[in-house]
Amino acid sequence: MNEFAGEYTEKHIYQEKEQTGSEIITYWIRDKLFMGLTFKEYFKSLITPLNVVAGLIVLAGAYLIAMRFLFRLSEVTESSNEQPWGLFLSWGLFIGVPFSASGFVIGTAVYIFGLKKYQPIVKNAILLGFLGYLFAVIFLMIDLGRPWRIYYPMIISFGTASIMFLVAWHVSLYLSVQLLEFSPSALAWLGARKLRKVAVGMTLMLTVFGVMLSTLHQAALSGMFLLAPGKLHPLWYTSYLPWLAFISAIGAAIALMIVVTKLSQVFLRERADEHYLSNLDNITLGLGKAASFVLFTYVGLRLISVTHESAWKYINTPFGHWFLVEITILGILPFLFYYGVQKKNVGIVQVSAALTMVGIIMNRLNISLIAFNWQLPNRELFYWKEFVVVIAVVTIEIIVYRWVVNRMPVLRQHPDYIGDEH
Amino acid sequence: MMNRRNFLKIGVSALAFGIAGSGKALATEDFAGNPDRLGMLSDTTRCIGCRRCEAACNKANNLPPPKKSFEDTSVFEEKRRPYVADVQSYTAVNRYTVDGKTVYRKVQCMHCDEPACVSACPVAAMKKSKEGPVVWDEKLCIGCRYCIVACPFYVPAFDYSSAFDPRIQKCFMCYKRISEGLVPACAEACPVEAITFGKRSDLIKTAKLRVWGEPDKYIDHVFGEEEAGGTGWLYISGVPFSELDFPMDVGTTSYPKLTKDFLSMVNITLVSWPALLGGFYLMHHKAHNEKSDKEGDKQ
Ligand code: SF4
Ligand code: SF4
Repeated sequence: MNEFAGEYTEKHIYQEKEQTGSEIITYWIRDKLFMGLTFKEYFKSLITPLNVVAGLIVLAGAYLIAMRFLFRLSEVTESSNEQPWGLFLSWGLFIGVPFSASGFVIGTAVYIFGLKKYQPIVKNAILLGFLGYLFAVIFLMIDLGRPWRIYYPMIISFGTASIMFLVAWHVSLYLSVQLLEFSPSALAWLGARKLRKVAVGMTLMLTVFGVMLSTLHQAALSGMFLLAPGKLHPLWYTSYLPWLAFISAIGAAIALMIVVTKLSQVFLRERADEHYLSNLDNITLGLGKAASFVLFTYVGLRLISVTHESAWKYINTPFGHWFLVEITILGILPFLFYYGVQKKNVGIVQVSAALTMVGIIMNRLNISLIAFNWQLPNRELFYWKEFVVVIAVVTIEIIVYRWVVNRMPVLRQHPDYIGDEH
Repeated sequence: MMNRRNFLKIGVSALAFGIAGSGKALATEDFAGNPDRLGMLSDTTRCIGCRRCEAACNKANNLPPPKKSFEDTSVFEEKRRPYVADVQSYTAVNRYTVDGKTVYRKVQCMHCDEPACVSACPVAAMKKSKEGPVVWDEKLCIGCRYCIVACPFYVPAFDYSSAFDPRIQKCFMCYKRISEGLVPACAEACPVEAITFGKRSDLIKTAKLRVWGEPDKYIDHVFGEEEAGGTGWLYISGVPFSELDFPMDVGTTSYPKLTKDFLSMVNITLVSWPALLGGFYLMHHKAHNEKSDKEGDKQ
C-alpha cells in the first residue's frame, strides 16, 4: 500500500493488520477509484447541485443519441443534402481538433525545444489533447452514416486520393500516440514503475511522431474544403486553407491552455501542487507572447489570402459583414496579447485567450457550416436537438477530464516520481 | 532519451514512411481515362418537359412512387433538385422561361471524367467505372458524406431517414442496364431524342455538328466538354446556360487537382519534420550538456 501513498495515506485505517485478498481489492478500489473514500462516502460526495445538472444534461443527450441510432440521423439533426455536415462535425471535428493541438504544441515546446518553463502544464496539455481527439472520434461516430464501418479506411478499402483518408489515418494514429504520451501519468497512478519508465523513454520519439501527424492533419482538416470552391464562400475559400488551419490550430491550442490554466487555478486547486500553481503566471505570460506572434502571422496570411482570391468584392454583403466580425476579433488579438505581455498583466492575456477561442470557434463554424453552401437558399443551421447532444457530449468530456485529474498526477507531480519526468 | 542511434532510427523510419507515401502521390496522377468511355448528351432545345425520363428512371431503379404523379406539371413551379428533402428520384426536369421561351432542363449526376466525389471518398466506394458511369459500392461506403460536400453539381444524396442502411443516391447512368447492353432508361423513354447515349467522344462530335449546323438555334458551347475537367453528361442549349441554373463557377480544372498539391506535400512533411526536430533537439540538448559539463568542472 505504501508504495502508492500519495496524499491519501491518512484514510488507510487498517494499515497494520494482515490483509486478506478481498481487503486488498477493496483498498485498491477505494484508493484508486473512490479517492480514498468508502463507496458510500464517495457516492454522497458526488451529489452536488452541479453534478445533478450535469447528470440531467447527459441523460437528455443520451436519449437523443439513442434516437439517432435506433431511428435516423434526421431525427436529431438538421443535416440534409443541402447541409451534409452539421453541428456534430463542426463542433466535434472542425472545432475540437484544432483546440486539441495543445498536446503537440506544448509537448514540442518542452520536449523538443527544451523550454522547461512549460513543464508544469505539459501533462495537462497532453491530456486535453488526447480527450479532444477521443471525443472528436465520438462525435464522428454519432455523425457517420454507418459508424460500424469506422475502421474501413484503415483496413478494408483505401481512398488514397482523399484528404479525408489522410485525416482518418492521422487522427487514429495520433490518438494512439497521445494515449502513449499520457501513459506515464496513468502508470504513475497505477504504480506500474517499470512500465512507466519505458513509457517515459518513448517521450521524444512520440513527440516527433506527433508533430509529423499533427501538422498534416491539422492542415488537412480545413484542406478537405479545398474540394469545394464555389460551395464555400469566397471570403473563406482559399488555396491557403491548410496553412491557415495549421497556424490557427497553434493559436487555438495556446489560447486553450491559457484559459484552462486559469480555470484549473480556480476549480482544481486542491488537485495541483506548488510546482504547478507557482509557475502559472509566468507561463501564461510566455504563452501570451507566443499567441501574439502566431495570431499576427495568421491574420496577415488570412488577409493576403483574401486578396489572393480577389474576394474583397464580397465585403459589402451580409457574408462580408460577418467576415468582418470574425476578422476584427482575430485581428485585434495579437495586439491585445502583446499589450498584456508588455504590461505583465496576466488578466489581459487571459481575456485575450478567451476571445481567441471565440474567434477561432467562429472561424471553424463559418468554414464548416455557416459559409458552406452559401448559395443555397433557406438552410437551417442546426436543430435544437443537435445542440443538446453537443452540450451533453461536452459535459461528459468535462466529467472524464475531472475524473482523471482527480486521480492521476496531471496538475501535480507524483510524490514518488519527482525529478523523473524526463 | 534521444541518442544518436535512436535519432538515426527515427530518420530511417520516416524515410520509409515517405517512400510508402509516394504511392499516394502516384494515385493522384493525371487522368487518362478510357477513350471509349460512355456518356450522355442532353439537348435542351428538344426537351418538351414530358417527364417520361423521370418516370422511366423511377421504374428502372425501383424507387418509391413519387408524391405527385409524373404527369403532374405543377411540379414545374419549383426548381427541383433530384433529392430535395429526402431521396425521391435520381433525376428531375425543371422548367425555365427565358425571353418568353419555355426551356426544360434535366438534372442528374454529370458523371464527371475526374469526379470530385471520387477523389473525396475515403474508402473508394465512389468510382469512375471503366465504362463511364460514376458508380457507388454500398459494401464500402461509411456514410461520411464527403462526396456530397465535394460534388460541384450538388448531386449525391444521402438517406438521412435510414439508421441501418443509409444509401448514397444518385444517377448511376443505369450501370446495370449498360452492362447488359441496354440503353439507360431515360434515353430509351425520351420521345423526342432529347437524350442521346453513346461514346463520349462521339457525343462531343454530335453536339458540335448540331451547334455548327444551326448556329442561330444554339449557343456555341457544349457544357461539360471542359467543365470541371470534363463531364460524361453533356448539354447543348439555345439559351445561355447561366439562365438554366447551370453552375457557371465550376471552372475547367478537374477537382482532384485542387487537393493534389496538398497531398503531395505529405511526403515532404513526413521526411523533413523528424530531421528538423531531431536537429533542434540535438542542438539544445548538446548546448545543455556542455553547460552542465562546465558547471560540473567548476565544482
Ligand atoms: S456530378 Fe457530382 S456526383 Fe456526379 S460524378 Fe460529378 S462530382 Fe460525382
Ligand atoms: S458517403 Fe460513402 S460514398 Fe460518399 S464519400 Fe463517404 S464513404 Fe464515400
